Amino acid sequence: MEEIKIDRELDLKGEVCPFTFVKSKLILEQMEPGQILRVILDYKPSVENVPKSMREEGQEVLEVKQIGENLWEVIVRKVR
Amino acid sequence: MSFQFTEEQIKRYSRHIILPEVGGKGQEKLLKSKVLVVGAGGLGSPALYYLAAAGVGTIGIVDFDVVDFSNLQRQILHNTERVGTPKVESAKMTLEALNPDVNVIAYNQRIHKGNVLDIIKDYDVVLDGSDNFPTRFLVNDACYFLGKPLVSAAILRFEGQLTTFDYRDKENSPCYRCLFPEPPPPGLVPSCQEAGLLGVVGGIMGTLQANEALKLILEIGEPLVGKLLVFDALTTEFNVVKLRKDKKCPLCGENPTIKELIEYDQSCDVHF
Repeated sequence: MEEIKIDRELDLKGEVCPFTFVKSKLILEQMEPGQILRVILDYKPSVENVPKSMREEGQEVLEVKQIGENLWEVIVRKVR
Repeated sequence: MSFQFTEEQIKRYSRHIILPEVGGKGQEKLLKSKVLVVGAGGLGSPALYYLAAAGVGTIGIVDFDVVDFSNLQRQILHNTERVGTPKVESAKMTLEALNPDVNVIAYNQRIHKGNVLDIIKDYDVVLDGSDNFPTRFLVNDACYFLGKPLVSAAILRFEGQLTTFDYRDKENSPCYRCLFPEPPPPGLVPSCQEAGLLGVVGGIMGTLQANEALKLILEIGEPLVGKLLVFDALTTEFNVVKLRKDKKCPLCGENPTIKELIEYDQSCDVHF
Protein backbone atom coordinates (compact mmCIF):
# COMPACT_ATOMS: atom_id res chain seq x y z
CA MET A 1 0.00 0.00 0.00
CA GLU A 2 1.12 3.47 -0.86
CA GLU A 3 2.34 5.59 2.04
CA ILE A 4 -0.12 8.38 2.85
CA LYS A 5 1.51 11.78 3.24
CA ILE A 6 -0.01 13.47 6.25
CA ASP A 7 -0.19 17.27 6.06
CA ARG A 8 -1.58 17.89 9.51
CA GLU A 9 -2.12 15.87 12.61
CA LEU A 10 -4.63 16.52 15.36
CA ASP A 11 -4.43 14.79 18.73
CA LEU A 12 -7.93 14.62 20.17
CA LYS A 13 -7.21 12.31 23.09
CA GLY A 14 -9.58 13.23 25.90
CA GLU A 15 -12.13 14.83 23.58
CA VAL A 16 -15.66 13.48 23.13
CA CYS A 17 -18.45 13.93 20.59
CA PRO A 18 -19.36 16.26 19.06
CA PHE A 19 -16.14 18.18 19.77
CA THR A 20 -13.95 15.56 18.12
CA PHE A 21 -15.74 16.33 14.85
CA VAL A 22 -16.02 20.07 15.51
CA LYS A 23 -12.27 20.38 16.11
CA SER A 24 -11.39 18.15 13.14
CA LYS A 25 -13.67 20.19 10.92
CA LEU A 26 -12.17 23.50 12.07
CA ILE A 27 -8.67 22.26 11.20
CA LEU A 28 -9.81 20.84 7.88
CA GLU A 29 -11.50 24.13 6.97
CA GLN A 30 -8.12 25.81 7.31
CA MET A 31 -6.40 23.30 5.00
CA GLU A 32 -6.28 23.23 1.21
CA PRO A 33 -8.28 20.79 -0.94
CA GLY A 34 -6.23 17.63 -1.49
CA GLN A 35 -4.41 17.94 1.84
CA ILE A 36 -4.61 15.14 4.35
CA LEU A 37 -5.46 15.30 8.05
CA ARG A 38 -4.75 12.56 10.59
CA VAL A 39 -6.90 12.61 13.71
CA ILE A 40 -6.04 10.61 16.84
CA LEU A 41 -9.02 9.57 18.95
CA ASP A 42 -9.48 7.72 22.21
CA TYR A 43 -13.25 8.04 22.45
CA LYS A 44 -14.86 5.04 20.81
CA PRO A 45 -18.13 6.63 19.58
CA SER A 46 -16.10 9.30 17.76
CA VAL A 47 -14.39 6.59 15.73
CA GLU A 48 -17.73 6.08 14.00
CA ASN A 49 -19.07 9.59 14.20
CA VAL A 50 -16.09 11.56 12.91
CA PRO A 51 -15.77 9.59 9.64
CA LYS A 52 -19.56 9.61 9.20
CA SER A 53 -19.81 13.38 9.60
CA MET A 54 -16.75 13.93 7.41
CA ARG A 55 -18.36 11.91 4.62
CA GLU A 56 -21.62 13.85 5.04
CA GLU A 57 -19.62 17.04 4.47
CA GLY A 58 -18.24 15.58 1.28
CA GLN A 59 -14.74 14.82 2.56
CA GLU A 60 -12.90 11.63 1.71
CA VAL A 61 -12.14 9.26 4.59
CA LEU A 62 -9.00 7.34 3.67
CA GLU A 63 -8.53 5.23 6.75
CA VAL A 64 -10.05 4.37 10.13
CA LYS A 65 -7.74 2.14 12.14
CA GLN A 66 -7.13 1.03 15.72
CA ILE A 67 -3.54 1.89 16.55
CA GLY A 68 -3.40 0.93 20.21
CA GLU A 69 -5.46 0.05 23.21
CA ASN A 70 -8.34 2.54 23.13
CA LEU A 71 -6.59 4.51 20.44
CA TRP A 72 -7.63 5.07 16.85
CA GLU A 73 -6.62 7.12 13.84
CA VAL A 74 -8.88 8.61 11.21
CA ILE A 75 -7.28 9.87 8.02
CA VAL A 76 -9.26 12.33 5.91
CA ARG A 77 -8.49 13.99 2.59
CA LYS A 78 -10.01 17.43 2.20
CA VAL A 79 -12.16 17.46 -0.91
CA ARG A 80 -13.83 20.85 -0.45
CA MET B 1 -8.00 30.88 6.19
CA SER B 2 -7.22 30.63 9.86
CA PHE B 3 -9.48 30.70 12.89
CA GLN B 4 -8.63 31.86 16.36
CA PHE B 5 -11.42 30.31 18.37
CA THR B 6 -10.92 29.79 22.07
CA GLU B 7 -11.82 26.49 23.67
CA GLU B 8 -14.93 28.16 25.09
CA GLN B 9 -15.95 29.51 21.68
CA ILE B 10 -15.54 26.10 20.06
CA LYS B 11 -17.96 24.70 22.63
CA ARG B 12 -20.32 27.68 22.56
CA TYR B 13 -20.67 27.67 18.77
CA SER B 14 -20.25 23.93 18.15
CA ARG B 15 -23.84 23.51 16.90
CA HIS B 16 -23.19 26.20 14.33
CA ILE B 17 -19.78 24.87 13.34
CA ILE B 18 -21.22 21.41 12.75
CA LEU B 19 -23.64 22.79 10.15
CA PRO B 20 -22.13 22.48 6.65
CA GLU B 21 -23.70 25.85 5.74
CA VAL B 22 -22.02 27.60 8.66
CA GLY B 23 -18.80 25.96 9.85
CA GLY B 24 -15.89 27.86 11.35
CA LYS B 25 -15.99 30.18 8.36
CA GLY B 26 -19.60 31.17 8.98
CA GLN B 27 -19.07 31.55 12.69
CA GLU B 28 -16.18 33.87 12.01
CA LYS B 29 -18.47 35.93 9.75
CA LEU B 30 -21.00 36.19 12.57
CA LEU B 31 -18.36 37.25 15.07
CA LYS B 32 -17.18 39.97 12.69
CA SER B 33 -20.68 41.15 11.80
CA LYS B 34 -22.51 44.22 13.05
CA VAL B 35 -26.26 44.29 13.46
CA LEU B 36 -28.39 47.23 14.59
CA VAL B 37 -31.73 46.62 16.26
CA VAL B 38 -34.14 49.53 16.51
CA GLY B 39 -36.33 49.01 19.57
CA ALA B 40 -35.55 46.78 22.54
CA GLY B 41 -39.19 45.80 23.00
CA GLY B 42 -41.45 42.95 21.95
CA LEU B 43 -39.65 42.27 18.65
CA GLY B 44 -36.20 43.44 19.66
CA SER B 45 -36.07 41.24 22.75
CA PRO B 46 -36.12 37.84 21.04
CA ALA B 47 -34.20 39.13 18.02
CA LEU B 48 -31.42 40.52 20.22
CA TYR B 49 -31.35 37.40 22.38
CA TYR B 50 -30.75 35.10 19.42
CA LEU B 51 -28.32 37.42 17.66
CA ALA B 52 -26.23 37.60 20.81
CA ALA B 53 -26.44 33.85 21.39
CA ALA B 54 -25.37 33.29 17.78
CA GLY B 55 -22.25 35.34 18.35
CA VAL B 56 -22.99 38.41 16.25
CA GLY B 57 -19.91 40.34 17.29
CA THR B 58 -21.29 43.87 17.43
CA ILE B 59 -24.89 44.59 18.29
CA GLY B 60 -26.28 48.12 18.39
CA ILE B 61 -29.54 48.80 20.20
CA VAL B 62 -31.55 52.00 19.85
CA ASP B 63 -34.29 52.82 22.33
CA PHE B 64 -35.04 55.85 24.48
CA ASP B 65 -37.61 54.25 26.73
CA VAL B 66 -37.32 52.82 30.24
CA VAL B 67 -38.56 49.40 31.32
CA ASP B 68 -42.16 49.47 32.49
CA PHE B 69 -44.25 46.74 34.14
CA SER B 70 -46.49 46.73 31.05
CA ASN B 71 -43.49 45.63 28.93
CA LEU B 72 -42.77 42.45 30.85
CA GLN B 73 -45.63 40.43 29.32
CA ARG B 74 -43.47 40.09 26.18
CA GLN B 75 -40.18 41.96 26.36
CA ILE B 76 -38.12 39.06 27.63
CA LEU B 77 -34.78 40.88 27.76
CA HIS B 78 -36.01 42.86 30.75
CA ASN B 79 -37.22 41.83 34.18
CA THR B 80 -39.11 43.07 37.21
CA GLU B 81 -36.02 44.40 38.99
CA ARG B 82 -35.18 46.57 35.98
CA VAL B 83 -38.43 48.53 35.89
CA GLY B 84 -37.39 52.16 35.52
CA THR B 85 -34.01 51.28 33.95
CA PRO B 86 -33.35 52.43 30.38
CA LYS B 87 -34.23 49.57 28.05
CA VAL B 88 -30.90 49.70 26.24
CA GLU B 89 -29.05 49.31 29.55
CA SER B 90 -31.24 46.44 30.62
CA ALA B 91 -30.78 44.80 27.21
CA LYS B 92 -27.02 45.25 27.36
CA MET B 93 -26.85 43.61 30.80
CA THR B 94 -28.87 40.60 29.65
CA LEU B 95 -26.95 40.13 26.40
CA GLU B 96 -23.49 40.54 27.91
CA ALA B 97 -24.37 38.01 30.58
CA LEU B 98 -25.44 35.60 27.85
CA ASN B 99 -22.42 36.02 25.62
CA PRO B 100 -19.26 37.95 26.50
CA ASP B 101 -18.11 37.73 22.86
CA VAL B 102 -20.69 40.35 21.92
CA ASN B 103 -19.91 44.04 22.00
CA VAL B 104 -23.22 45.71 22.75
CA ILE B 105 -23.49 49.36 21.80
CA ALA B 106 -26.41 51.09 23.51
CA TYR B 107 -28.00 54.16 21.95
CA ASN B 108 -30.23 55.53 24.68
CA GLN B 109 -31.83 58.06 22.39
CA ARG B 110 -34.77 58.70 20.16
CA ILE B 111 -33.94 58.13 16.55
CA HIS B 112 -34.39 61.31 14.49
CA LYS B 113 -33.36 62.91 11.23
CA GLY B 114 -30.18 64.25 12.72
CA ASN B 115 -28.76 61.00 14.13
CA VAL B 116 -30.24 58.16 12.08
CA LEU B 117 -27.62 58.06 9.31
CA ASP B 118 -24.79 58.29 11.77
CA ILE B 119 -26.16 55.46 13.90
CA ILE B 120 -26.90 53.14 10.97
CA LYS B 121 -23.88 53.74 8.76
CA ASP B 122 -21.44 51.26 10.33
CA TYR B 123 -23.83 48.30 10.54
CA ASP B 124 -24.19 45.42 8.09
CA VAL B 125 -27.86 44.70 8.74
CA VAL B 126 -30.65 46.70 10.40
CA LEU B 127 -33.67 45.22 12.18
CA ASP B 128 -36.70 47.39 12.72
CA GLY B 129 -38.66 46.47 15.81
CA SER B 130 -39.99 49.94 16.49
CA ASP B 131 -43.52 50.74 17.54
CA ASN B 132 -44.36 53.86 15.57
CA PHE B 133 -44.62 55.03 11.99
CA PRO B 134 -42.29 58.06 12.12
CA THR B 135 -39.44 55.78 13.22
CA ARG B 136 -40.30 53.10 10.68
CA PHE B 137 -40.27 55.56 7.79
CA LEU B 138 -37.12 57.26 8.98
CA VAL B 139 -35.25 53.97 9.47
CA ASN B 140 -36.47 52.73 6.11
CA ASP B 141 -35.42 55.86 4.23
CA ALA B 142 -32.04 55.94 5.97
CA CYS B 143 -31.38 52.27 5.15
CA TYR B 144 -32.40 52.96 1.56
CA PHE B 145 -30.04 55.93 1.21
CA LEU B 146 -27.18 54.02 2.85
CA GLY B 147 -27.84 50.77 0.94
CA LYS B 148 -28.28 48.63 4.06
CA PRO B 149 -30.47 45.53 4.24
CA LEU B 150 -33.48 46.13 6.49
CA VAL B 151 -35.43 43.36 8.17
CA SER B 152 -38.80 44.78 9.09
CA ALA B 153 -41.40 43.23 11.36
CA ALA B 154 -44.61 44.46 12.93
CA ILE B 155 -47.04 42.99 15.43
CA LEU B 156 -50.56 43.76 16.60
CA ARG B 157 -53.17 41.72 18.46
CA PHE B 158 -52.69 38.17 17.16
CA GLU B 159 -50.96 39.06 13.92
CA GLY B 160 -47.41 39.52 12.81
CA GLN B 161 -45.80 40.64 9.57
CA LEU B 162 -42.26 40.26 8.30
CA THR B 163 -40.29 41.19 5.23
CA THR B 164 -36.72 41.97 4.23
CA PHE B 165 -35.76 44.94 2.07
CA ASP B 166 -32.35 44.43 0.58
CA TYR B 167 -31.16 47.92 -0.28
CA ARG B 168 -27.80 46.58 -1.43
CA ASP B 169 -29.79 45.63 -4.53
CA LYS B 170 -32.16 48.58 -5.01
CA GLU B 171 -32.98 47.54 -8.58
CA ASN B 172 -34.70 44.37 -7.44
CA SER B 173 -35.85 44.93 -3.89
CA PRO B 174 -39.14 46.67 -3.18
CA CYS B 175 -38.97 49.21 -0.36
CA TYR B 176 -41.12 49.93 2.67
CA ARG B 177 -42.73 52.82 0.81
CA CYS B 178 -43.77 50.52 -2.05
CA LEU B 179 -45.91 48.90 0.63
CA PHE B 180 -46.83 52.06 2.55
CA PRO B 181 -46.05 55.25 0.56
CA GLU B 182 -46.73 57.47 3.60
CA PRO B 183 -47.56 57.08 7.26
CA PRO B 184 -51.28 56.59 7.89
CA PRO B 185 -53.17 59.53 9.36
CA PRO B 186 -52.77 59.68 13.13
CA GLY B 187 -55.28 57.49 14.91
CA LEU B 188 -56.12 55.28 11.93
CA VAL B 189 -53.88 52.39 12.89
CA PRO B 190 -54.20 51.46 16.55
CA SER B 191 -51.09 51.01 18.64
CA CYS B 192 -50.39 47.89 20.70
CA GLN B 193 -51.33 49.90 23.75
CA GLU B 194 -54.76 50.53 22.31
CA ALA B 195 -55.35 47.26 20.52
CA GLY B 196 -53.49 44.76 22.66
CA LEU B 197 -51.05 42.09 21.65
CA LEU B 198 -50.47 38.48 22.51
CA GLY B 199 -46.91 38.64 23.82
CA VAL B 200 -45.69 35.52 22.09
CA VAL B 201 -46.43 37.03 18.66
CA GLY B 202 -43.49 39.37 19.25
CA GLY B 203 -41.41 36.35 20.22
CA ILE B 204 -42.23 34.56 16.98
CA MET B 205 -41.78 37.52 14.64
CA GLY B 206 -38.66 38.85 16.39
CA THR B 207 -37.09 35.41 16.20
CA LEU B 208 -37.85 35.32 12.48
CA GLN B 209 -36.15 38.72 12.14
CA ALA B 210 -33.04 37.28 13.77
CA ASN B 211 -33.21 34.36 11.35
CA GLU B 212 -33.31 36.74 8.38
CA ALA B 213 -30.34 38.67 9.77
CA LEU B 214 -28.28 35.52 10.29
CA LYS B 215 -29.02 34.33 6.75
CA LEU B 216 -27.98 37.69 5.31
CA ILE B 217 -24.71 37.63 7.25
CA LEU B 218 -23.96 34.01 6.43
CA GLU B 219 -25.09 34.46 2.81
CA ILE B 220 -27.13 31.28 2.96
CA GLY B 221 -30.68 30.44 1.93
CA GLU B 222 -32.98 33.06 0.49
CA PRO B 223 -33.88 36.24 2.31
CA LEU B 224 -37.54 37.21 2.44
CA VAL B 225 -37.14 39.90 -0.22
CA GLY B 226 -40.19 40.81 -2.29
CA LYS B 227 -42.37 38.74 0.00
CA LEU B 228 -44.44 39.64 3.02
CA LEU B 229 -44.94 36.90 5.56
CA VAL B 230 -48.13 37.21 7.58
CA PHE B 231 -48.58 35.17 10.73
CA ASP B 232 -51.94 34.53 12.38
CA ALA B 233 -51.50 33.28 15.93
CA LEU B 234 -55.15 32.24 16.26
CA THR B 235 -55.02 29.76 13.40
CA THR B 236 -51.25 29.19 13.59
CA GLU B 237 -50.99 29.93 9.90
CA PHE B 238 -48.26 31.60 7.91
CA ASN B 239 -49.09 33.16 4.56
CA VAL B 240 -46.66 34.67 2.12
CA VAL B 241 -47.84 37.50 -0.11
CA LYS B 242 -45.77 38.71 -3.00
CA LEU B 243 -44.51 42.29 -2.77
CA ARG B 244 -43.87 44.16 -5.97
CA LYS B 245 -41.63 47.06 -6.56
CA ASP B 246 -43.86 50.07 -7.24
CA LYS B 247 -42.75 52.11 -10.25
CA LYS B 248 -44.57 55.07 -8.73
CA CYS B 249 -42.97 54.62 -5.32
CA PRO B 250 -41.99 58.05 -3.93
CA LEU B 251 -38.65 56.64 -2.71
CA CYS B 252 -37.47 53.90 -5.08
CA GLY B 253 -39.74 54.44 -8.11
CA GLU B 254 -38.83 55.81 -11.51
CA ASN B 255 -39.41 59.42 -10.52
CA PRO B 256 -38.68 59.58 -6.81
CA THR B 257 -39.89 62.62 -4.93
CA ILE B 258 -38.20 61.73 -1.66
CA LYS B 259 -34.53 62.54 -1.88
CA GLU B 260 -33.77 63.31 1.72
CA LEU B 261 -34.83 62.18 5.16
CA ILE B 262 -38.30 63.18 6.32
CA GLU B 263 -39.28 63.42 9.94
CA TYR B 264 -42.97 62.80 10.53
CA ASP B 265 -44.75 63.91 13.67
CA GLN B 266 -45.33 61.44 16.42
CA SER B 267 -49.10 61.68 16.68
CA CYS B 268 -49.27 60.62 20.28
CA ASP B 269 -46.30 60.09 22.47
CA VAL B 270 -47.22 56.80 24.01
CA HIS B 271 -44.51 54.29 24.79
CA PHE B 272 -45.05 50.60 24.34
